[in-house]
Amino acid sequence: MHKTLTTTALATLLALGATAASAEIRIGASLSATGPAAFLGDPEAKTLEMLVEQMNEAGGIDGEEIALTLYDDGGDPNKARTFATRLIEDDEVVAIIGGSTTGTSMSILSVAEDNEIPFISLAGAIDIIDPVKPFTFKTPHTDRMACQKIFEDMQKQGITTIGMISGTDGFGASMQAQCKAVVGEYGITVAADETYNPTDADMTTQLTKIRNTEGVQAVLNPGFGQGPSIVTRNYRQLAIDLPLYQSHGVASDGFIELAGADAAEGVRLPGTALLIADQLAADDPQKPVVDAYKAAFEEKTGTSVGTFGGYANDAFLILTDAIARAGSAEPQAIRDAIESTSGLAGTTGIYTMSADDHLGLDLSAFRMLQIKGGEWTVVE
Amino acid sequence: MTMKLTPKTATLLVLVALVVLSPVLFPSGYYYRVGALIFVNAIAVTGIVILTGYAGQISLGHAGFAGIGAYACALAPVHLGLHPSLALLLGASVSALLAFLVGRPILRLKGYYLGVATLGFGILISMVLNNERQLTGGPDGIEVPELGLRALLNDMGLDLTNGQFWYWFCGIAVILGAWLALNLHGSPTGRALRALHGSEVAARTVGIHVARMKLQAFVVSAVYASVSGSLLALQNKFITPDVAGFMHSIEMVTMAVLGGVGSVLGAVFGAAVLTLLPQVLTVFAEYEQLVLGLVMMLVMIFLPQGLLPSILRRVRGKDE
Repeated sequence: MHKTLTTTALATLLALGATAASAEIRIGASLSATGPAAFLGDPEAKTLEMLVEQMNEAGGIDGEEIALTLYDDGGDPNKARTFATRLIEDDEVVAIIGGSTTGTSMSILSVAEDNEIPFISLAGAIDIIDPVKPFTFKTPHTDRMACQKIFEDMQKQGITTIGMISGTDGFGASMQAQCKAVVGEYGITVAADETYNPTDADMTTQLTKIRNTEGVQAVLNPGFGQGPSIVTRNYRQLAIDLPLYQSHGVASDGFIELAGADAAEGVRLPGTALLIADQLAADDPQKPVVDAYKAAFEEKTGTSVGTFGGYANDAFLILTDAIARAGSAEPQAIRDAIESTSGLAGTTGIYTMSADDHLGLDLSAFRMLQIKGGEWTVVE
Repeated sequence: MTMKLTPKTATLLVLVALVVLSPVLFPSGYYYRVGALIFVNAIAVTGIVILTGYAGQISLGHAGFAGIGAYACALAPVHLGLHPSLALLLGASVSALLAFLVGRPILRLKGYYLGVATLGFGILISMVLNNERQLTGGPDGIEVPELGLRALLNDMGLDLTNGQFWYWFCGIAVILGAWLALNLHGSPTGRALRALHGSEVAARTVGIHVARMKLQAFVVSAVYASVSGSLLALQNKFITPDVAGFMHSIEMVTMAVLGGVGSVLGAVFGAAVLTLLPQVLTVFAEYEQLVLGLVMMLVMIFLPQGLLPSILRRVRGKDE
């Protein structure tokens, strides 16, 4: 997918490779707009296109328009690497946003580092920014942070023994490992540890096993896609009377629809401010950016906002903020400005980056949410 | 045309000329990357030419061997302390051994049955890479150590960018691979393979050990796929189980069939077309898959022997 967005009628010509006007800032993106990770990449691509259009209508950054070159890597890390090379060598972009998945991000990362081009990833894994690499940043909180937030909440409830049922896809497997790595710090033990394949249609066997495990007080389900919805439905069918925790991977209205409001009743998960936009306090520092993004995205696409599009929104905010502060579109200057991002409110949280933190979020970025009557509510 | 040259020399000359002269036309470093990818694919497809083009056997699981080659380069340097170049050889040996063990029973099958059996093999490898998380990093993939040869060349005063280095490195590998495949074509083994392709019964009656010959072709083509996977992993410095995925197996066979499954040059040609097309078609955005499918259907309908052999035949005026 190759779309060069400008407000001029020359858009098509530009897309075919004609050289762009000099007074514009070229940024690139490689996202998984199609393929197995399309539920991440599609809202991300739409978000970026929308934001570039908005910004150019408003006069760009210091009068310079932004030209976005967007490729669809289909979730294939090999393609993502080729597109990253193409963005840098051929399209001569000054920064790259993207990598919807951990695999594609890891592929783009080494190209960006080799060529010293700032890169903001939209994928979850902690490996992307740990250890810190000079030119690589990311916007989503890590799955370890999601685990910590969930265990914090369990601790408050006095829960000490849990069962886990995790998807075997990249997201589920990675979060399962991260949760097991930090669970001890919260004085919680994992008594049952089950998995399912992302395409499984029934998880009652695994859930029955967890139910029959002595002492289990709550169940945690790291996973995304349709798996967690099926887990939630099976959970109610088996009438398991224990708190059910889902991950931030299903923090969207789609999850409630898929699982059904009855089955999803009482489910807890760590989510972002974006899901509870209408419940945010008027003085919440995230409220303006959340409201603006939600209104614009829903008007533009006619679909409700989700956490993933928000990641792209935040990446774009961080990047354009950095370019404006740097007063330059030189990759090195942009990199330095991104690293000094401070107190920038995004939809995911408030970003404050530093030389040894290229994510810039802490646990407060997550809000513990509970589903009540088919709606998201904040757990106090 | 090339009357005095043997087809083997002619093919090699064309290949060398392509590899050496193409960079003259490259407007930016990105084209070196695409070139290197074409060569990586061409190596795997040359293996398919030996298996399918020469011996007439089908494999829908060769990406499994590419996966073994790729993960050997990711894992052996870390766990066994091997240099990445030795890891490539280790991967090739493991692939050969596995092909030998698996090939014995499944090459008794023919046609669809062989296709399905190899398909199962490929899926098994892909599942192992996905599920053995503590070793392979699972679906998120794993980092691959630097080969280190480029730094060595830089020390010797040959300053290549990363893209250029992999272009030349894979270019040399593809020429070597083609040279071996062409030598095999004319050797007694190659003739035996082509004979059993024509008729297994007839081949057996003239004293060819059919089972052994098929197994040899399977092992050799597995090594090609493994080397191709290793080169991809070393070049990308990161690898995910996608490399062993079903789609990658299909891609290899499609490239071979599209280019012309009986010819080594066709393999390179098919790899080039199918690697380049998605890059060119990015301007069609959503219609990319549609155009890709249409191109393949048209080629199969109008040029059933594959692009290159059909074109050459027209050029030489031997079209019936």
